[in-house]
Amino acid sequence: MHEWALAEAVISSATEIAEKEGLEEVGEVVLEIGELQQIEHDIFESALLQLRTPKLRKAKFTIRKAKAKLKCRSCENQWAFNSTKLDEEGKEAVHFLPEVAHTYIRCPKCGSPDFGVTEGRGILIRTIRGARPT
Amino acid sequence: MTDPRTSMISKRLRGVRSVIAVSSGKGGVGKSLIASVLALILARKGFKVGLFDLDLTGPSTHIILGTGKLKPREENGIIPPVIEGLKYMSIVHYVHDHASPLRGSDISNALTELLAVTVWGELDYLIMDTSPGICDSTLDLLTLVKDIKFLIVTTPSNLAFETVRKLISLLLELNASVIGVIENMRMRHSDHTRQQTERLGARYWGAIAFDPRLEESIGNTDKLLMTEFTKSLEEIAERILRLRLVE
Repeated sequence: MHEWALAEAVISSATEIAEKEGLEEVGEVVLEIGELQQIEHDIFESALLQLRTPKLRKAKFTIRKAKAKLKCRSCENQWAFNSTKLDEEGKEAVHFLPEVAHTYIRCPKCGSPDFGVTEGRGILIRTIRGARPT
Repeated sequence: MTDPRTSMISKRLRGVRSVIAVSSGKGGVGKSLIASVLALILARKGFKVGLFDLDLTGPSTHIILGTGKLKPREENGIIPPVIEGLKYMSIVHYVHDHASPLRGSDISNALTELLAVTVWGELDYLIMDTSPGICDSTLDLLTLVKDIKFLIVTTPSNLAFETVRKLISLLLELNASVIGVIENMRMRHSDHTRQQTERLGARYWGAIAFDPRLEESIGNTDKLLMTEFTKSLEEIAERILRLRLVE
């Protein structure tokens, strides 16, 4: 699953950060998941738990959902992403590659495909908390 | 705040023995054709080859190969479909025949995403068809793909070579690996491009004559492999292979 690939990226990156910061064990990883990518949360969370490395063995994954907000570069209109307005082809494509939103979505005010995703694109690691050896 | 995708890229490319970006400072020099046909030639020689179309706003390798409506498969990542023995990835799998109007930051994001989730497995060569110019994707590839090697395409025109000169100079300044230059669409014999290339300290691999029959073979790989274009590129590929990019 695509969710599995994204979970793998989170685990890999969190482990690297923990090693770089000299953390013995990670207690919590706070993630932000943007609405645009339409991640299946159950699958993603289950993949995170299955892929945990020894450093992340006891880590709690806190997931914050971020609404996707778009802003037109042509008329400056701002609007909230609504996946129900996409057809099946568009939904699937944006799930795999959020940037193709520019192919399937237009500014509802002026019809431009030239917009920015100001919030809620994909997955980010916000913070990692853990203990350094004493 | 960290983007978790970048740490995954080297792991995704772990099984790839050589990544070759076919690049140029200018569009319209035959970069996509050289990338596609080079990939086919290498696959016919028995190598395991992938072709990654990274021209995210103007992909064309699917037209050259006549891929039809292939779809990647999901299995702990994205598994590229196989066409003519090549593992093939392109944004066209997701945009089909629609335009993909992307700005620089979108291109960087899309490139990072595709590199982070595409599962290539074991490959001898991953050929990347890059977008023309010295832009976001060239700079991103330098940052994101370790040990990437650049194969540069030019035409005999000074208009093309001037941009190629800048690209090679920049790549060499950044200590990137430049395999060398292929001169495409040559109309008459001249040593000008060779001399210019060698003056930059890069290797000139040879010229491919303008092939007026090439256009009619686009979309048909059997025909494409019979062209004078392919014969010339095959000779160049033989010489490049002697570099032993894959041990």
